[in-house]
Amino acid sequence: MVKMKTVITTILLFIAVFGAAQPAANEIIKKIDQNMSSENRVFESSMTIHGKRSSRTITSKTWSVGDKKSFTEYLSPAREQGTKMLKLENQLWIYSPSTDRTIQISGHMLRQSVMGSDLSYEDMMDDRKLSDTYDAVVTGTEEIDGRKTWVLELTAKVEDVAYARRKLWVDVERFVPLREELFAKSGQLLKQSTLSDVIQKQGRWFPTKIVFKDMLKQGDGTEFKITDILFNQDIPDHVFSKASLKM
Amino acid sequence: MIRFLLKGLFRDKSRSRLPVLVVATGVMLTVFMHTYITGFMGDTIEMNARFSLGHVKVMTRAYAENISQVPNDLALMDAGSLLGELNSKFPEVNWTPRIQLGGLVDAPDETGETRSQGPAIGMGIDLLSAESREAGRLNIQNSVVKGRMIQNTGEALLSHDFSEKLNVDIGDDITLIGTTMNGSMSMYNFKLAGTVSFGTEGLDRGTIIVDIADAQAALDMQDAAGEVLGFFESGFYDDEQAVELAESFNASYDDDQDEYAPVMKSLSQQGSMGQYVKLSDVWGIYITLVFIIAMALVLWNAGLLGGLRRYGEFGVRLAMGEEKNHVYMSLVYESIFIGIAGTVAGTAIGLFISALVQKYGIDISGMMEGASMMIPSTIRTRITPVDYYIGFIPGLFSTVTGTMLAGIGIYRRKTSQLFKELEA
Repeated sequence: MVKMKTVITTILLFIAVFGAAQPAANEIIKKIDQNMSSENRVFESSMTIHGKRSSRTITSKTWSVGDKKSFTEYLSPAREQGTKMLKLENQLWIYSPSTDRTIQISGHMLRQSVMGSDLSYEDMMDDRKLSDTYDAVVTGTEEIDGRKTWVLELTAKVEDVAYARRKLWVDVERFVPLREELFAKSGQLLKQSTLSDVIQKQGRWFPTKIVFKDMLKQGDGTEFKITDILFNQDIPDHVFSKASLKM
Repeated sequence: MIRFLLKGLFRDKSRSRLPVLVVATGVMLTVFMHTYITGFMGDTIEMNARFSLGHVKVMTRAYAENISQVPNDLALMDAGSLLGELNSKFPEVNWTPRIQLGGLVDAPDETGETRSQGPAIGMGIDLLSAESREAGRLNIQNSVVKGRMIQNTGEALLSHDFSEKLNVDIGDDITLIGTTMNGSMSMYNFKLAGTVSFGTEGLDRGTIIVDIADAQAALDMQDAAGEVLGFFESGFYDDEQAVELAESFNASYDDDQDEYAPVMKSLSQQGSMGQYVKLSDVWGIYITLVFIIAMALVLWNAGLLGGLRRYGEFGVRLAMGEEKNHVYMSLVYESIFIGIAGTVAGTAIGLFISALVQKYGIDISGMMEGASMMIPSTIRTRITPVDYYIGFIPGLFSTVTGTMLAGIGIYRRKTSQLFKELEA
């Protein structure tokens, strides 16, 4: 009887120790969502596109509310200055000041590159929480730049996602992804990203530098840096209207 | 004697009318066939040269490797200095920069929202510089259906069918949505100056033509060009000359390992055109040769029949004491006259029909739907110097040879048997 008690105690202790050390995968992605998603945010960013022949940097300011509304204004270089992008639900419009035209991006155009970067409009559009769109499984642990990470395999649980499968390396302490691989339904690796320069802002951990690499594209990837970010701001509703594109 | 023979031919219609008709028909068909083959094959090559391949084309090595994708991100930079180099090295060739572009043409409504939209393949060509020959080369002026040629920057031409599909009219604003050479989305406004129809399915489906300066501005390609095309001054493609030119240019970049270094390719070195050029050389000769041989056999036979039909006449003439040589030579001379008369008449008629087809063409657009190669939808003949004498091979040579063979029988006739033959 004493032996039996010892065995049960040992099993419970094992579960308690290892269960606490490695939460369920779906819990991990919920915690990632808590860091990466917010009610709204305003940020300024610079995007350096390392093309095959040259590199160029584009700066922009973005206002976004959840995963439904987003408005971006490009600030530089001169050719892109004043270009604006508005996302409402699953619709996307681009305003070009040189033509004074607003064009809705749809269909195959959503797969085109944003400003020649390694990001597609589809990537920008899909801002949904990981926990709403993917089921996760922890497949192991690895160390990236001295930080311990869980390796997560994510499989889409909804149909309308750009990538059927994702592989995430998540910082075990901060619950921030440090590396990500995006796969097509066929299993082909489509994109790779490395996230770094993690800062703590308004009580959450957030990576401020992401290097994207479209594996089907030549070039040395796109470096996306958030130069300033504020969460949960008061953003007036009129920002997310088609009228604001021409303002 | 010549006058005597001619009188005989004119008076005895059975000796002249039918043989001349047969020879003329054969020669006419030979001349027409030759102009038809020359015209069709040459037109296809020249059309592809003028619209996309040039007689020679300079591009970057990386662009050449992915040419089917028209990768403007791999375009030639410093196109101006490259043009200068080409003009000084190869002044016998007319060089012109081009940008091929793809994208969407979007027509706005009065509020600026998309009213209609369609995929387009575009060409940025040098239309506005004084020394440019592009408008004439592409026959744009004559292809304008509505409106006028591009006269100012910011103007565009659309293929007529495409403009009707988009429901846009002359003077309307259209926006070209494309991709810059950096991969960014680009939007650029144009005013519709005119609509064009080239008579080729591929070009008339959805083409936009703009001045190269506008294409450079729209695609962020300042002083860049996707391709620099070279055209021989003669206006006709010469494969040997083109290949030699390309080899000589490429030799100067042999040591340059840069994938963006320029490379020159002749028309025959681009895509499936090489095969076509080779085919047009070989098949042009084969088809013409087969036809000439066939016609020669027909006319030879006609000459033979003509000779045999007059078997009795020769008997009488020999019986009257005419020399066999004289009879034979008179027969040969007659056939020469018939051959010359038939050939001249056949060549004249053949050239006349060819000239008509050269001017008005034969519309085969119904057969061209979905064709991937740029084949003219109107077949036109092309009259070349050869056509003025090619008919003499079957018309004169074969007729006379046939007659000469038939005439050999004259020497086998025996005077002692002639009256017996006549009685029979």
